[in-house]
Amino acid sequence: MSDKRRKWHERLQVTLWTLIVPPTVWAVHFLFAYLWAAVSCAKTGFFAEFPTLFTAGTVLALATISLSGWIAHRQTRLRGDPPPHERGTDIDRLRFLAKSTLLLAGLSFVGVLFTALPVVFIGDCR
Amino acid sequence: MSLHDQDDPALRAAQEQRLREVWAPPKGLFLRWTDTNNNQVGNWYVLTAFAFMLFAGVLALIMRTQLAVPDNDLVGPGTFNQLFTLHGSVMMFLFAVPMFEAVSIILLPQLLGARDLPFPRLSAFGYWSFLLGGVFVSGSIFFDAAPDGGWFMYPPLTTRTDLSGLGADIWMLGLSFIEVSSVAAAVELIVGVLKCRPPGMRLNLMPLYAWYILVVAVMILFAFPPLIAGDVLFEMERLLDWPFFDASRGGDPLLWQHLFWIFGHPEVYIVFLPSIALFAMLVPTFARRHLLGYPWIVLAAVGTAFLSFGLWVHHMFATGLPKISLGFFSAASEAVAIPTAVQIFVFIVTLWAGRVVWSTPLLYATGSLAIFVIGGLTGVMVALAPFDWQAHDTYFVVAHLHYVLIGGTLMPLFAGLYYYWPLVTGKKLSDRLGRTAFWLIFVGANLCFFPMHLSGLEGMPRRVFTYPADLGLGGLNLASTIGSFVIAAGVAVIVLDLARSPWRPRSPRNPWQAGTLEWLAHPEDENWGIRSIPLIESRYPIWDQEDFVRKVDEGRYFLPDAEEGRRETIITSVLDARPVSVIRLGAPSWKPMLTALALGGVFILTTYHLYWPALLSGAATLAMVLWWLWTGTAEIPEKPCKPIGHGMELPLYISGSASPGWWAMFITMMADATAFSGLVFGYFFFWTRHEAFPPPEMASAPGMVWPLSALALGLAGWLATIAAREVHARGGVGMARILLLFGLATSIAGVPAGLSGPWFSGMDPTAHSYPAIVWTLAIWTCLHAAVAAIMLAYVLARSLAGRMTPSHDADIRNVAVYMHFFALTAVVAYATIGLFPEVA
Repeated sequence: MSDKRRKWHERLQVTLWTLIVPPTVWAVHFLFAYLWAAVSCAKTGFFAEFPTLFTAGTVLALATISLSGWIAHRQTRLRGDPPPHERGTDIDRLRFLAKSTLLLAGLSFVGVLFTALPVVFIGDCR
Repeated sequence: MSLHDQDDPALRAAQEQRLREVWAPPKGLFLRWTDTNNNQVGNWYVLTAFAFMLFAGVLALIMRTQLAVPDNDLVGPGTFNQLFTLHGSVMMFLFAVPMFEAVSIILLPQLLGARDLPFPRLSAFGYWSFLLGGVFVSGSIFFDAAPDGGWFMYPPLTTRTDLSGLGADIWMLGLSFIEVSSVAAAVELIVGVLKCRPPGMRLNLMPLYAWYILVVAVMILFAFPPLIAGDVLFEMERLLDWPFFDASRGGDPLLWQHLFWIFGHPEVYIVFLPSIALFAMLVPTFARRHLLGYPWIVLAAVGTAFLSFGLWVHHMFATGLPKISLGFFSAASEAVAIPTAVQIFVFIVTLWAGRVVWSTPLLYATGSLAIFVIGGLTGVMVALAPFDWQAHDTYFVVAHLHYVLIGGTLMPLFAGLYYYWPLVTGKKLSDRLGRTAFWLIFVGANLCFFPMHLSGLEGMPRRVFTYPADLGLGGLNLASTIGSFVIAAGVAVIVLDLARSPWRPRSPRNPWQAGTLEWLAHPEDENWGIRSIPLIESRYPIWDQEDFVRKVDEGRYFLPDAEEGRRETIITSVLDARPVSVIRLGAPSWKPMLTALALGGVFILTTYHLYWPALLSGAATLAMVLWWLWTGTAEIPEKPCKPIGHGMELPLYISGSASPGWWAMFITMMADATAFSGLVFGYFFFWTRHEAFPPPEMASAPGMVWPLSALALGLAGWLATIAAREVHARGGVGMARILLLFGLATSIAGVPAGLSGPWFSGMDPTAHSYPAIVWTLAIWTCLHAAVAAIMLAYVLARSLAGRMTPSHDADIRNVAVYMHFFALTAVVAYATIGLFPEVA
């Protein structure tokens, strides 16, 4: 397929760096959640129940992971070589990285939801 | 050279003769230890780590004997403390981590069809550091001076010199030295996986072992440096009385726990993933089919690596942190079960779909998975904070961690031992002895550790040297002790099997009929690694590519010769493994060993407070490193290119991000930056622990003027280096030298400027944690400025000596990478100490 006929998300460069986008988003969200709770508990002794900033951050993280997963999903469906897609061709390498990114996006999505749960259920500094 | 040429047997024989000569190991009683080839160094590494495992196992047997019956007096409490501390420390730092590095040093070049890893001398340096540090730490118990604070060395017990003796210093400095060798191994393995793959081995065709090793080596870069930062603070407190962990002077012992476990939890996965990686190699072999779900394994490895950095506080559930913080870490601890389970399911499914050959290695693999899963399930239990509060510091935790480590590290390594022994020695081990050993270890491990769940739940605390009969724990403890000796019997059978190996007949080549590259190795092992570097088109080339073995053996692929009498391997691109260049590898040399000795001197002499000899040793280390670099790196080749076969010509010199040296510098500096962020974390951690930080009476120190001046000097040096690099590349050698000289001057000036802030504001680092951490950040940054000055002087000297020219500029490009990180360090450090007090 020529570059012209590919949609924008299919033309994106896929590398080892794009592979780790979803788990990196998880890590940033996790660090943000932990530091924010630790600092506000230590400095103010109190931690607002279900605060807007945290919700916004979580939604942003989930959206980024979903976008990355969606792009990866589209890329895994690019037509090219026959299955089982285990050959040393450009398209199979792309499909492999995209598939791995998609799987990591799934895991990271669940990971971010897990991180959000304590804020929903605990919500203070006890 | 065309394919046609290789049809000539005389030509092939001549090529083989040249390769053999080039790769011949040094001979002689002393000279043989100068070898740097991955086969030899890897074997020494494995044997040494195995010996440390046996040593730590004996320590465990002494402990179990002491605990066999209530009120026993085989060893006293002091000795018992040394025993469990050394058992844990040796198993973790001298067996599990080095064993992974050792196995990878042997296997990785074979798996990647490379002649050797890109920095063979670095591997040798890592080995000698490991040996020296390991003997130093382990030997201490024979002088009743072993560390005795537990393998995680919690302050204030361990930082107060009136409560703990030399042992704590031996632990801290001896193991810091070994951490250096781990970071060295990580650099070697990452560059090896990314840059030394054979042509055609794109990322999706890489053996899964290499994927795991890449992931684990990256984890080392982010896990070990926080511990190194912790070690720095710890020794500053012990040797100089800087109160980082002393609550009476504004310190906090919890800081150590954070820094230790940011290392300590990923560490568990650092030792687990490479062992499970062995399964990814042997399961397809014995299932007689490709591994199913290749991307799922990559998901598991990468996902586990990330999540494992969000678990560290689950070791600190009982420290009184806010419950919401515990919640985050509890959630991540539960989430990590997902990728861990995924890889186990992949192995099960592959076996299910294949035609299984029930070999001894597979027996170990399946048995270890059973044990590991039990450890994983108790892990899910202790990841729940309320349960952990009940089980914390009891034998339940001891049971959990041993199930995880025996099932996740030890037994997989035995599986790997039985699987790969023919690869290394050309001989198979005995199936009969192997299976006997397996059942002894499997039964012994369950008999030893399962009762510990119960004794733990009944209230037996860990790390007690005895217990009263009234507790009613005698039976459970006796069972554990019997189990431990059954494990030991199993290990003894393995040792016996290994000892009998030299008298066994040679096994055929590729005895398991595996499909991956490493099995190209000959029983009559040639030292050159691989006859010709193949073009890869499949994940299992021996199974799938026609006439593959014959073509490799007849030198029909790439680089079948060593015309110039140099050790060489091919460098390829990261994603698609396109050939980029041929690099010349280091030949046998004394330098790695001598450098390790000199660096070991720094750590060991400091332990005994011999500061002047330690300083001398440090100067010797620096001189050795410079000599090593000057004579062994960025050599200008005698011709620009060489043919590698099939009409391809590759350059013999590359610089910048295509070259292994650039990557090595980048990776080393990632580790360095992580250690630095550990120190910065310390600063802000103290800020959260105090009402007012800096304390009001010190709020004006160190001021803004000096830190910002030092920052300006650091940035000037950085900009000068970048300008020099660019001007130099365009042929302006004279201008580049002037710029380098300018950068050198500003870097030198940055040292006193950086120290002047805390010095002139009279900050006493022993008074409070605030001046102590400010001094630490300033000294760290100034040391980096000094190193920058040395590097710039080195580059200048290379240029003047004609060893660096505009077309051969690896030196200045690598130093520029250092300077980027140095600039980042200076910005963060000086902004923190100079500007943060203004806004805090």
